[in-house]
Amino acid sequence: MESVIERIEQGKFWKFHGGIHPPQQKFLSTDKPIRQLPLPELLRIPVQQHIGEPGDILVTVGDKVLKGQALTVANHPMVVPVHAPTSGTITAIEASVIAHPSGLSELCIFLKPDGEEKWRDREICPDYQQLSKNDLIDKIAQAGISGMGGAGFPSHIKLNTAAQINYLIINAAECEPYITADDLLIREQCAAILDGIKILDNILAPAFILIGIEENKPEAIQALKNATKTIDKIKVCVLPVIYPTGGEKQLIQVLTGKEVPSGTLPSALGIVMHNIGTCFAIADAVINDIPLIKRVVTVTGKSVAKPQNVWALIGTPVEFLLQQCGCQQGNKKHIIMGGPMMGFSLPSFTVPVVKTTNCILAPDEAEIPDNDQEVECIRCGQCADVCPSQLLPQELQWSAKAHDHQALNDLNLFDCIECGACAYVCPSHIPLVHYYRVAKAEIRQQTLLDIKAEKAKQRFEARKIRLEREKLAREEKHRKAAEARKARMNSGTAEANNEKSAVAAALARVKAKKAQEKDTNNDVTASDTSVGSPQEIEKTDKKSQVAAAIARAKAKKLAAQTAPNTESNKSTQSSNVIAEAVNNADNSSKAAEGEITDSTSVINTNVIKDIEKPSELSKKDKIAVAIAKAKAKKRATEAKPLKNEPPEDLLSEKPSNDEPDSQIVTNSTNKTEQQVKEQALSPDDIKKAKIAAAIAKAKAKKRQTTESIINNEIPDDNEQRNESAEKEIQTATQGESLDKNARIAAAVAKAKAKKQQESKN
Amino acid sequence: MSLLLAIVIIGVLASCFGALIGFASVKFKVEGDPLAEQIDALLPQTQCGQCGYPGCKPYADAVANGEAINKCAPGGDDTIKKIADLMGVEAQALDESHQTDNTPKVAFIIEEDCIGCTKCIQACPVDAIIGTTKQMHTIISDECTGCDLCVAPCPVDCIIMMPIAKNTRNWQWDLNSIPVEQIS
Ligand code: SF4
Ligand code: SF4
Ligand code: SF4
Repeated sequence: MESVIERIEQGKFWKFHGGIHPPQQKFLSTDKPIRQLPLPELLRIPVQQHIGEPGDILVTVGDKVLKGQALTVANHPMVVPVHAPTSGTITAIEASVIAHPSGLSELCIFLKPDGEEKWRDREICPDYQQLSKNDLIDKIAQAGISGMGGAGFPSHIKLNTAAQINYLIINAAECEPYITADDLLIREQCAAILDGIKILDNILAPAFILIGIEENKPEAIQALKNATKTIDKIKVCVLPVIYPTGGEKQLIQVLTGKEVPSGTLPSALGIVMHNIGTCFAIADAVINDIPLIKRVVTVTGKSVAKPQNVWALIGTPVEFLLQQCGCQQGNKKHIIMGGPMMGFSLPSFTVPVVKTTNCILAPDEAEIPDNDQEVECIRCGQCADVCPSQLLPQELQWSAKAHDHQALNDLNLFDCIECGACAYVCPSHIPLVHYYRVAKAEIRQQTLLDIKAEKAKQRFEARKIRLEREKLAREEKHRKAAEARKARMNSGTAEANNEKSAVAAALARVKAKKAQEKDTNNDVTASDTSVGSPQEIEKTDKKSQVAAAIARAKAKKLAAQTAPNTESNKSTQSSNVIAEAVNNADNSSKAAEGEITDSTSVINTNVIKDIEKPSELSKKDKIAVAIAKAKAKKRATEAKPLKNEPPEDLLSEKPSNDEPDSQIVTNSTNKTEQQVKEQALSPDDIKKAKIAAAIAKAKAKKRQTTESIINNEIPDDNEQRNESAEKEIQTATQGESLDKNARIAAAVAKAKAKKQQESKN
Repeated sequence: MSLLLAIVIIGVLASCFGALIGFASVKFKVEGDPLAEQIDALLPQTQCGQCGYPGCKPYADAVANGEAINKCAPGGDDTIKKIADLMGVEAQALDESHQTDNTPKVAFIIEEDCIGCTKCIQACPVDAIIGTTKQMHTIISDECTGCDLCVAPCPVDCIIMMPIAKNTRNWQWDLNSIPVEQIS
């Protein structure tokens, strides 16, 4: 450590690899003091301006807030609150375009200043030496201070380190060619900055404090030297101008000769670095109880008439700053936030100044070379020569273009500080940094996806195990129950005998029912058809059932198809086929109702052929099949020989007897299943099919209820009500907002059915 | 004589090495099918079943046993390419029968419409739905893989698939959208 200090005292420093010397443009804005601006009309304060998480919003629209009042509160150590930069009214809390290269919107608090600048109560505390370390850190966290150099890392996190700190480095290098915000701040606020440094000294207790500043700021250097003359611990280190000295790792290397290993924080080496602007903000926060609500912004570039540093309130629109500094409307083509090397073009000029905004650059045409066409890499190696992180930019570039994430990791892509030195020297005008940014975002996204996939996998496995366990448990239960029953039945008691005879009786009933079914079937067919010979009865009966089934399926499809829906106007080819099939089905259904002739079977085969044409089994079909299954099941459960309702199909089919009807229906649904499988639906049928499903389910439920009602000899009005419910459903199906109405109707029907059942029980 | 000796020596050597190899195969037996596991690691773990298998792992097993590599719709071309690289076969286009768009989505339950039938819970392969009989259900969007399986079973169609909103965290730099200027 001594040797480091000796070297520094002799004015000797280390060098980092590479670096460039872009033309300096600082003179544009160094000659004028920092200007106070009038209040803008509206402030947009992004809820999150730092690395980490956004805080919880404390205010609501319409609230009056005072200057310095906290707008969000930290619920997490990585959260930095934001404060009202002036007094006024919250007019909105909504997403708005923020200072991010994506041009995406994030949540912002809109504040309309009232011009009174009324402060909240403040506790001025000149005697910060009395405060404990934790109190100081807490004050800094409450004041919403995050790194003001560029990345916006929460300052209190950096201060809350347990490691023994040898060097506190204050970064005043400001190596970007245009920016002078720190320079001017030092010149004007040197005393406050020194207070801030002392507060940091109190918290971190480092062995030495090194202020790194490039030699192109003579006035600032002089000011700092004068201020720190009497303090031995603080060394002002005047560094040669080379870009990017201001990079964290680069500055550490220049001052101490140590390289921060890839993937570690400087605190591992006993070093903490803070920006000089952050020191000022810390002094303001601790001593004057002023949270971070304004910052110095360099508004510069050749398009600006009066390039100058300004005190900008957080949330001030960039547009307002440009106006104030006399930037003409015409040449607002490229406005860059941040420096020319590391900044980004703004997506919109309403974006607000945030805590990390150090510069607004409005260059003229000459300053921005017209977008030179990128050409192939010529492998000159210049990029590798200038890379301060000692990476191989051309290799990175190829791997980035190939999306080879493994290779990028091997080449240490994440050590790239995006300084832009490589792109600056590249003779082929390859926007190297762009490729790295894209690749970094991709890798980050991929990592997130990998984590999510791993989680999904675990949950999937866990679920499988759970289902398996539940199945076993169920089987075990059934087995036990069966065993218990057996044991009981064999016990020879009167109860057991009862049970035995009950089983026997049930078996007998089933048999009787089967026989009866056969009879009625024959009866019905005989009465319904003109075919006389008993041998043919069964044949024609089957035929009629099949025909009816097909008819139903077609009719339903037709109903779904022709339901007044604007979408159905786009009749696709498949729906044409279906329509044709439905026509056939109409015929065949008539045939099924009236006389059954041989022609029925002809039509049937036609229908089936038609349907089979588009034999694509897709999801929608599956849905339809599921519906059909559900119905079939429902019907099967109601197969009691009782007065039944007519089937709900939209075609009017007269059931002559309930028993066969329910059979027909069962068959028909089976048939439907088959047919639907074979059918291809146009995409907008999915929705309709689903709605039909919901209705069908609702109806099935209702029918079940109705049946129980009839069983209990309920007066007719119940049935009427039911019918009206059904009517509702049908009208709704044809209604204009088919989707919604149908759902409502289904729900209504369900509710009614339920009520009836309840009133019965 | 020397011929006999040679045969005996070679024979003894052969049986020694045979025993050694036999021992090694028992001692260092690799559990499971490493290829299937590697393939499984490449699959997106959406568990949607669009490949025709009941989950990603079964499909990975099937691919390891010669099933076509182009059936994973959510993974899309990227996944197919990775599997092709791993297996040393030619990458193919995604199977035509499921040309779905694979923009990431999450399911969302329109809560006022939910009737609490629990059907969606039974369908969800990753248990991402909370709810119980006759109570409103909701989806833990962080756990939802966007597999679409809960949409069809819902009797009142109150589950919709929503594309995941872009924000500054999951945003991907796009060279063509807004140029990031670097001037000299
Ligand atoms: S942008 Fe990255 S790769 Fe290029 S010079 Fe800077 S650190 Fe090196
Ligand atoms: S400077 Fe440009 S052309 Fe030269 S090696 Fe690097 S990327 Fe290739
Ligand atoms: S909630 Fe729905 S879409 Fe999401 S994982 Fe579960 S079943 Fe799939």
